[in-house]
Amino acid sequence: MTSEQQTIVKNGLWTNNVALVQLLGLCPLLAVTSSLINGLGLGLATLMTLVLSNSFVSIIRHWTRPEVRIPIFVLIIASIVTAIELAMNAWFHELFLVLGIFIPLIVTNCSIIARAEAFASRNSVLDSALDGFMMGLGFLLVLVLLGGLRELIGQGTLFANAHLMFGSAAEGLEFTLIKDYPGFLLAILPPGAFIGLGLLIAIKNSIEKHKSKQTIRVSPPVKPAEVAVQ
Amino acid sequence: MNIHKQVATTALLLMLFAVIGAALVGFIYDRTYDTIKKNEELTLLRELNHIVPASSYDNDLLASTLELAADQNLGTTETSIAYRAKKQGKNVAVVFSAIAPNGYNGSIHLLVGIYHDGNLAGVRVVKHRETPGLGDAIEAKRSDWILSFTGKSLDKLTDKQWKVKRDGGEFDQFTGATITPRAVVKAVHAALIYFKANKKILLPDDDKNKENYEQHSDINPGSDTEGQRSE
Repeated sequence: MTSEQQTIVKNGLWTNNVALVQLLGLCPLLAVTSSLINGLGLGLATLMTLVLSNSFVSIIRHWTRPEVRIPIFVLIIASIVTAIELAMNAWFHELFLVLGIFIPLIVTNCSIIARAEAFASRNSVLDSALDGFMMGLGFLLVLVLLGGLRELIGQGTLFANAHLMFGSAAEGLEFTLIKDYPGFLLAILPPGAFIGLGLLIAIKNSIEKHKSKQTIRVSPPVKPAEVAVQ
Repeated sequence: MNIHKQVATTALLLMLFAVIGAALVGFIYDRTYDTIKKNEELTLLRELNHIVPASSYDNDLLASTLELAADQNLGTTETSIAYRAKKQGKNVAVVFSAIAPNGYNGSIHLLVGIYHDGNLAGVRVVKHRETPGLGDAIEAKRSDWILSFTGKSLDKLTDKQWKVKRDGGEFDQFTGATITPRAVVKAVHAALIYFKANKKILLPDDDKNKENYEQHSDINPGSDTEGQRSE
């Protein structure tokens, strides 16, 4: 893996995370993360769309013109999302019944067009696909984290309804933290999404602050004498 | 001249991509149409089989339909479809949709199945917007509550008992959510009343089919696809 590709990976997962740093796609993010499995569902659907749309945009990047590139990207993304929805409905119907409701939501996710414009229209197909995958993965991780957090606080469970996504084998996966938990409705309702996302962003920022402090401490202190000379 | 050419190429380019996009979607739509239709029918059939077990009837459920006019007891404002289950030509049950208009967050769409003797075969929630974690326990996949209707009927419970326990009735409410189950119980009760009043249309004697349809103006006779099929 070249250092450039490493940067792509790091950008997607951490430095330039779609949900935590770019704050794109908040509408679907806030709407569906009421449980971990829901978050996973939207995350997977977005990931798939990002990889495909980034690859397509990158393939045609030499044939567009700057004046009309945005409408062309919109056309391509809309076609791809519709095609994915139809194909899933036909050939992966079980999965579609679970993820299907999330796919039209992806249309409202501006991170797709943002990646097309900012990255895929300037880079090779392989790099663009990798960028789509990593951005999607970064988004997915935040969705799962936020969904899990809200589910745990709101309902006291984790992996509820996992069988909807993984079949009946996952029935026993549901994990109840506290028996007879009375529930904390705020976490499940939309305000809980805002508060939860705010918390996640705060945690990320404090980790970064902590890291930069450490680097300062490691670097040798400037000698007072030298300062005086300058 | 040059600028005209530029505008023209740009427009053509945009058109080209519009055509490509439309062609892609059109092609996939055409390719998937039959499969999607079959999948949807299978899903519907599976949903119906949860209410009326597949072993209890032998006809093509999706083909034996009736169109029901909008009715206050059903909560419907448009015509809806009823599915009739038969075994060896005899009526077994009918499944139709009912809407509870007064959920906590809008209307709750139900599928209600009733055996020919007036006992409930089962109830399922098809669509709702109740509070996640509280009201959504009406879904069969989230709790067993909805199964408590199975076997109940107008004869077994009085009008007073067709209520949630808090209102002095027979049915449990959920902790933290009374409005949702109250709405569902009321809608199922109304559906049973509708069934009682319209039993002749929903489950007609097979030899008198045609007459019954014509007597009742609120039923659309043209939709008896089963009759058309067997001919």
